[in-house]
Amino acid sequence: MAISKEEVLHVARLARLALTEDEVERLTEELDAILDAVGIVGELDLADVPPTSHPLDLVNVWDEDEPRESLSLDEVFANAPARDGDLFRVPPTA
Amino acid sequence: MAAVVDTLRLTAEDALGLVKRREISPAELHAAYLDAIGERDGELHAYLRTCEQPSGESIPIALKDVISTKGVETTAGSKILSGYVPVFDATVAARCKAAGLTLLGKTNTDEFAMGSSTENSAWGPSRNPWDPTLVPGGSGGGTSAAVSAGLAPWGLGSDTGGSIKQPSALCGNVGLRPTYGTVSRYGVVAFASSLDQVGPVAKTVRDVALLYSIIAGRDPLDSTTVELPEPVELPAGERLDGLRIGVPKQIESLAAIEMGVRSAFEHALELARDLGAELGECDLPTSYRYGMPCYYLIAPAEASSNLARYDGARFGPRSEAATYREMVERTRDEGFGPEPKRRIMLGTYALSAGYFDAFYGQAQKVRTLLIQEHREALSRFDVIATPTSPTVAFPLGDKAADPLAMYACDLLTIPSCLAGLPGLSIPCGLSDGLPVGLQLLGAQFGENTLFRAGQVLEQAIGFDTVPERLR
Repeated sequence: MAISKEEVLHVARLARLALTEDEVERLTEELDAILDAVGIVGELDLADVPPTSHPLDLVNVWDEDEPRESLSLDEVFANAPARDGDLFRVPPTA
Repeated sequence: MAAVVDTLRLTAEDALGLVKRREISPAELHAAYLDAIGERDGELHAYLRTCEQPSGESIPIALKDVISTKGVETTAGSKILSGYVPVFDATVAARCKAAGLTLLGKTNTDEFAMGSSTENSAWGPSRNPWDPTLVPGGSGGGTSAAVSAGLAPWGLGSDTGGSIKQPSALCGNVGLRPTYGTVSRYGVVAFASSLDQVGPVAKTVRDVALLYSIIAGRDPLDSTTVELPEPVELPAGERLDGLRIGVPKQIESLAAIEMGVRSAFEHALELARDLGAELGECDLPTSYRYGMPCYYLIAPAEASSNLARYDGARFGPRSEAATYREMVERTRDEGFGPEPKRRIMLGTYALSAGYFDAFYGQAQKVRTLLIQEHREALSRFDVIATPTSPTVAFPLGDKAADPLAMYACDLLTIPSCLAGLPGLSIPCGLSDGLPVGLQLLGAQFGENTLFRAGQVLEQAIGFDTVPERLR
């Protein structure tokens, strides 16, 4: 097994997903098969190969620091599930 | 008296001519497409929503539902964005508006553009206009089905690992995934940021080139964009003399490629040779064994990060709970469908402590090899040719239960996406009555070469883009 049920639960906590029991079972099986398939990248000896994170050679793109018009507060909150004045309202953290 | 238009056959270029010569008004043209949608989209479900009133002075366009449209609901095919109405336009939507194009509607997509069939859309799948029991491909199946069935003259899709090219192949239209960095992603729902590109879908190569010229170029709002090194040229050639076309030698032994796809592809190569192209063999030793695994580590890793923003705090639906953390976890579990969850989990795992080097880090190095081997091949050839999809359109439900079978649909489109290179898919024939796509890959910023080659081949192939059952 490439991945255990305990690891799936751990990853779900990291990813902020409250998976149901059924989802945990199914994902354990599916991720196991997928990790087997993608794990073949480990066959290659790439110790001397640099990693690529971005396909264009762009480094430090600068822009003038000029004030621009931005969204109004009403626009910013237009899709908010709950607004409290100028704040997004959410349940308490603990 | 307005001209009667056959939306099944009308190209965007012809539609622009009709409007310019005042043979039809933008409103009449818009209405003609809405009529076609009313007639055929009940069966096809290419659109998630349509716009009743024309908003511009030119011809209509369909936009994939990952592209933010001010005042028009944009869901990316996901429940977690249901009811989300953008307060600003994506740059590509704004550029279409500035060109006078009028928004016809938002087209269906696999949830967050993750999939190859549209079956992962939270709003139900689209169907293939050539045979409604089959998928249109994905993730941009909605745009391709719409163009194919005469429900839009052209449209925009987004492509991370094949989401423009593969549905274009399966629906028999022309699709371009542009060079990474040439089209702004500002306001486009993010999937995997080092791969996502927006691109055009239409009936002809010239229409695709024209739409590309409208959307391409640097955008100050997307710092990964660059200016095009040369202007877009509308192709109008007749010969391919001197064009060097490389065919990867690995293609011959790939068992996944169906016989009918192979023969349509080989027929297109023969035509290219007759038209003066020089054909040769190139070598992409890593692409077809390691491209797919590399992609399914990098794209989910980036997706797991991009999709962290859907937390129920600032937009979208919220699942109520007593604490913040519980609210976020429940919102995400109830809002995301199975495929985004699978990729978030896979990506989070590949990035997590203890596994980073073996999975994500290793995939980034494989990506370097892919870039190198494409660069080497394109130093000897102007264009690399392969089939776009290993198969023609497949039945709904065929691969939906097997993630790995679905992932394999993108075997041939993925490697060049990882290398940041442009790819054009054009229809090159039929296999068992279904369209086959020819994929032409070019060097960085090599779109004009792809347009020239694609347009000459398109003329020679003479493919009828109208599905047989609708003729």
